[in-house]
Parts: sequence; structure tokens; C-alpha cells
Amino acid sequence: MRRITIDPITRLEGHGKIEIFLNEKGEVENALLQVPELRGFEKFCEGRKAEDMPQLTSRICGVCPVAHHMAATKALDACFGIKPTPLAKKLRELLYCGYIIYDHILHFYFLGGPDLLVGFQAEREKRNIFGIIEKVGKELGLEVIKHRAYGQLITEILGGKATHPVCGIPGGVTKGISEEEKKRIEDMLLSCKDFASKTLEIFHNLVLSNPEYVRIFKNENFSLDLYNMGLVDENNQLNFYDGEVRVTTPEGKEFIKFAPQDYLNHIQEAVVEWSYVKIPFLKEVGFKGLVPGKESGLYRVGPLARINVSEGIATQEANKEYERLLSFYGKKPITNVFAYHWARLIELLYACERGLELIREEGITGSDLRNLPASGGLGKPKEGVGIVEAARGTLIHHYKLDEKALIKEVNLIVATTNNKGAINLSIQQGAREYIKRDEITENSLNLIEIFFRCYDPCFACASHSFASPSLTFAIYDAQRNLIASLP
Amino acid sequence: MAKLKFAFYWAASCGGCEIAVLDINEKILDVIALADIVFWPVALDVKYKDVENFPQGFIDVTFFNGSVRNSEQEHLAKVLREKSKILIAFGSCAHKGCIPGLANLFSREEILERIYKNTPSTNNPKGILPKTEFENLTLPEFYEQVFPLDKVVPVDYYLPGCPPPTNLIIEAVEKIAQGKLPEKGSVLAPVKALCEDCARNPKEAKKMPDIKRMIEISPDPKKCFLEEGVICLGPVTRSGCQTRCINANWPCTGCLGPTPEVFDQGAKAISAIASILALDKEKSLPEEELDRMIEKISDPVGTFYMYSLPSSLIPKRRRR
Repeated sequence: MRRITIDPITRLEGHGKIEIFLNEKGEVENALLQVPELRGFEKFCEGRKAEDMPQLTSRICGVCPVAHHMAATKALDACFGIKPTPLAKKLRELLYCGYIIYDHILHFYFLGGPDLLVGFQAEREKRNIFGIIEKVGKELGLEVIKHRAYGQLITEILGGKATHPVCGIPGGVTKGISEEEKKRIEDMLLSCKDFASKTLEIFHNLVLSNPEYVRIFKNENFSLDLYNMGLVDENNQLNFYDGEVRVTTPEGKEFIKFAPQDYLNHIQEAVVEWSYVKIPFLKEVGFKGLVPGKESGLYRVGPLARINVSEGIATQEANKEYERLLSFYGKKPITNVFAYHWARLIELLYACERGLELIREEGITGSDLRNLPASGGLGKPKEGVGIVEAARGTLIHHYKLDEKALIKEVNLIVATTNNKGAINLSIQQGAREYIKRDEITENSLNLIEIFFRCYDPCFACASHSFASPSLTFAIYDAQRNLIASLP
Repeated sequence: MAKLKFAFYWAASCGGCEIAVLDINEKILDVIALADIVFWPVALDVKYKDVENFPQGFIDVTFFNGSVRNSEQEHLAKVLREKSKILIAFGSCAHKGCIPGLANLFSREEILERIYKNTPSTNNPKGILPKTEFENLTLPEFYEQVFPLDKVVPVDYYLPGCPPPTNLIIEAVEKIAQGKLPEKGSVLAPVKALCEDCARNPKEAKKMPDIKRMIEISPDPKKCFLEEGVICLGPVTRSGCQTRCINANWPCTGCLGPTPEVFDQGAKAISAIASILALDKEKSLPEEELDRMIEKISDPVGTFYMYSLPSSLIPKRRRR
């Protein structure tokens, strides 16, 4: 058996490594994505003060700190049995829109997007943000930088800091906004909305108008029949901040819908010897290994899964684009991995539109920022679950507190962890497509990386248990001798 | 002038330091005018093998973020040290160990057991753990403790913060461009304490009436946190962050690390709090009452060493 190693995989958040095994005929027999790190948040958060959790856990990921900050804050709301004030809830969701804006822009222009915009066949030296600027011009490059920064700035105004905000507290937020800040945020959101539309236009012109890409976007070999999971609001529409978790079957029917506190009835995680990241699966279906299909408990999360579990999008322009996506595929669920990119841009537009709705709400500059725990003291904290949709998928924080409101137990199931099985299967598909006997080139290995990038994986998050950002590819022969590797 | 060569690398970190680099926004174009980026896994497809093939001293400046948590990170730290003329510990993890360094309160086994066997969502009937070698697949070795970068290789400069404030990053790059870096070993941040920048600072030695937690009170945004009874690490922490947390009505938790005269940030914070707690009532309060007040400091390690445990006087929990 031959074996190929790619190490580290690049243009992603966190560390990862890919191992590909070929059989005697030189065909791909297996491909595995390994995450070579762990940090151990679930253990070392024990004993910490409850109110520090939104900040401690934001250090799981500096790319999606807001998602961890909010999942933690919502878990604490539940632990203390207090709801945020209506104003605090709006400000939290608005902060969340800023985060989705910067994170999705980051992925499309810096991480995954260069594969599409600069091109699959471009040299690796060009497939990056600088290559994009070269291709589409410095002017657009500056627009990218400006609007990613706007997303960060909106987050900073509302959260104190953009990376690792400090505003989340059970029952509310520590900080409101002034009239002047409201105006700034509104102006930035308007500009971001135009930029999101322009980005979709670029996507249509450079990608969807190119027959070669259309073939890839419709290639059945890049399709996965898996369950889909994501938060939805009471109308089963896309929501990042709040709602219930909806799971649909590979045929697109509702399989289950559950409230955050019930997640343990529906999700479990398998441990494998070869990776520090566990593999979550649907408890009702069971873990059957790395296989797709209805009998397999593996599921997908993230932009495409959210589109699949949602029945439409609540804002007008994003919903129009959603309809275009549906008519391109002509069916739902959408299963081709490359559709993740399109779904992500639809969400970018939604976050801008939703942010504009929120900033224009009456009383958004008000001061009713927080409900204090009962009797002004610590109350009797118990146990709580907080779920939000991180940019990369469903994020679950679950805490148990002691009588002094110190952390007794923590359980975390993080967005990219949920996708561990799906990413692995997509890499196998990519390896089968692009690795042909005796023809292993650097570019064919880079093409395999394109598959995991669709998911915008964040192994910093996934390795909250472990920690180190890099991925490797290695190729071994039938006797498991190393024959090629990247780097 | 020939262009410089920069490298950015992350070890055990969250990625926030990479975002901080992007947060210098259009100034990133100045960086590119000044230097070629020869290694940056988050943005460029350069692999480990490429770096290992660089000649010694090939890189002018490496910005290394994250702490050293496993054998792969230790290896890369050594490779990058050898290939770099200047190595900068970038961000709180590389500087002091940071929040993931709180893992030093537990053993490797306790962490692995919790994560792979005892969390409620884990289904692991065979009790398996990830292995460094499994059917020819390898994983780096997860170390017993977290190390800041300078415990593994010599470090030339430190850029503190979680993540480093963009103003400090821009200043550091400007100093590199002008060849005006200070003495080796320096922390590239102001020397004064955060209190001196704080708009809530009453400028007088404060007294702390009691110990309160943020969960219990909504502090007055104009008053000093310490005077409200909330622990704030402003007196022992470097300035340079523009008091952003404090402006959002959250006390300083110390991410920029200690001021230059302080060796152990947590110990100094404890001594600072002890000297002002119930200052006016010290003579009248019975001993038990003072003890009760001290008892109200919940989770002292997590509070005073949130960012600095792996570089403190006692970097790891001692075991009998």
C-alpha cells in the first residue's frame, strides 16, 4: 500500500494533516484527516468562575471568538435561569452579525475563495489573497480589507474587543451603544451589504459563468448523502443566534428538532485512535464509521447544512439569492461540497441585512442592558446549555456549576468537530478524483486541500481539546512505506 | 534596500494572533512592500518541508504565536529559531502561556481522561485514547504541560496581549523597518501600568471595600473597579491596549503581562489587593471577618494567573 502525507494543510484555521492510502493498483483506498493537537479546555475550565467562561472559551478560537463568547453567555443565562433584557438580546445578535460578516469575508477572500477566484490550476504561490488582488485589482483588494475590518469594528464597538470580546454576561451585556456608535454601525452595515452583493456578483461572473466550475459544482462524485444540522427560528428559517436545532435526513425530511438543553439525547461523539478530534454522530442512528448514507449517523453543519435545514431566509435579498441556489440545483438538500461557498455568501448577505434591521430597531441605544441574577446575588446556579451557529456550524457549550458559581463540569461540541466525519469523506472523494496511479503531483495534492476548505474548517476550534494549527499530506505504498509527502 | 523576509507561525494558539495581523488592515500592504512573507500557513501554501529547507538565518523576522504544547510545536519552534535572525514571541500564549496555560493545573492524564472518556456526549465503550502511533499513523506527543516560547528556544522580543493590540504591532513593524528595535529581550509595549491610562483611575491609592464578582453587580462605568470591590489587574499590567475591556465595563484581566519591575504578575496582584482590601477598617474588623473577605476571592489561580501561569514562579501544579 502506498501512502501520501500532506502536512500541514494550509489556508485554514488551525492545524491539520492528511494521510492518503493507495492500494496495489494505485487507487485511493482511504484518506484520513488528522488533527494533531489538543488543548484541554473541558478540563482546565473546571474550578474557574462562571462569569469568566465567555472569555476563557473565546480563546478556543480567535477566528470565531464571538461564537464561543455567545454560546458561553447563553449557557450561563440557562445556568442562572435569567433571560437577557430585550435590548441585550438585540445587541448580542447585532454583535453576532458583525462576526459573521468578518468571518465569511475572511474565508471567501483569504482562505477558501482563492481556490476558486485564482483557479484550481493556478500555481500555489498565487492561490492566496495576494493572487486575488493581482487578478481582480488592488481596488477590490482594498474593499476586501475595508469590509472585513468593518465586521471587526462592529464587533469591537459592541463587544469591547473584536477578537475576544468582553461584553457577555448572564442576563445581558455590559455595554450599550451611543447614538454616534449607532450611526457608525449603520453606515458600515450599508457598505457591507453592497460589498456582499458585489461579492456574489463576482462569484456569479467568475465561478458560475464558467462551465468548468459548473461541472465541478454539479459533479455527483463530490456529493455526500448525510444528515444536515443547524439552528432555525420558529418559522424554520435561518438563525445564527437563537432557536432550536433542526436535523434533516439525507432526503431532506425533518428527522428531529430539539431544544438546546436536550442535545445529549441526540448527539454523541466517537473517539478514534488516529486523531485528537472526536467524531460526532446522531445517537438515534449510531456510529458506523466513516461512511455516508441514511444508515450512517454522520451529519454536516455549517453554511450549506443551514441552508438545507432552513425553509427560506427571513431577509429579502438573501432569500432571493437562496432561491437562485435552489434553482441551480433543482433539488434540496444540496449535497455538492462546493455549494458551501455559495451558501456562505448568501449568509454574508443575510448577516448584513439582519444587522441593518437590528441597528434600526427603536431603542437600540437604550440602557436596559442587564437582568441581574435573582435576589441580586448568585442565586442557585445549576446547569445550562448554550447553542449558537458559529460561522462553521452548530456550537454547543454545556456547563454545570457548583453553589459558589464555579465551574464543575464543561462539555463542548464545536462546529468543526461536528463536520469531522463529513470533511473526511469529502477528502476521500477529492483524493479518488485527483490522485491517479503514478501521477502524484504537487498540484494534485493541492486539489485535495480544496475539498476541506469548502467547510472553512477551524481546527483551532475542533482541537479545543488539542491545539496546534497545521495539516500534513503523506502518501504511502502498499507496504505502508512513505513515498511522497507535502510539505 | 533588499526586501526583508518575514514568517508567521502559530503553535498552540487560537488564531486570534493571525487575525490581529490582518487587523492592521491596509497597513498589511506596507508590510508586503517592506518584506516578502516566506511562511504563513493560514494564508500561503508553504509547507513544513519548504521551511526545513531554508538556509540558516534565511528569515529576518519570525512572528511566532501560540505556546508550545506538543512535540510538533517544539520542533517548529526549533526550526524557526534556527532559520530566523530575529524571533518574536507574538501574543500572550508565546509570551506567558496565556489561558490555555491554565491546563498546567491538571496532568496530561486528567485532561485526556476527561475529554475522551468522561464527557457526557462521548461514547467510548472501549475506552480508547488517541495514540502517537497507530497503524503507521502518527500524532505529535501531547506534553505534560504548556510552555511559553522562551522556555523552549531563546526569544529576541515579545509582543504582548491576547491578541496583541494592532497599534503595538504597527509600531513594532515600523521599528523593524527603521532598524530601531530596542535591546534584545525587550517587551515591545509601554512600560507604565494600565491604571495610568485608565479614565476610571481616581489617581489616589485606592481602597477596596469588599470583594464582589461581576456576576453580582453592574459596576458604575465611571468608578474604579477596585473601589467597587471588583478585582482588576490594571495596577500590575502593562498598558498599550487603550483600556478596551475597561471601556466596555469589564475589569482588566491582565493579558498584556506584568509591568517591567514585576516578575510574577499574579503574586504582585495578590499583594496589591491585600494592601488595599478593607484598608480603612483593618484595625476595627476582627481577624475572622478579614479571613471571610479573602475567602470571597473565588478561584485565585484563574483570577490572578489567567494569562501567565506557565511563566510564573510555580508554572505547574505540584503533586505529592
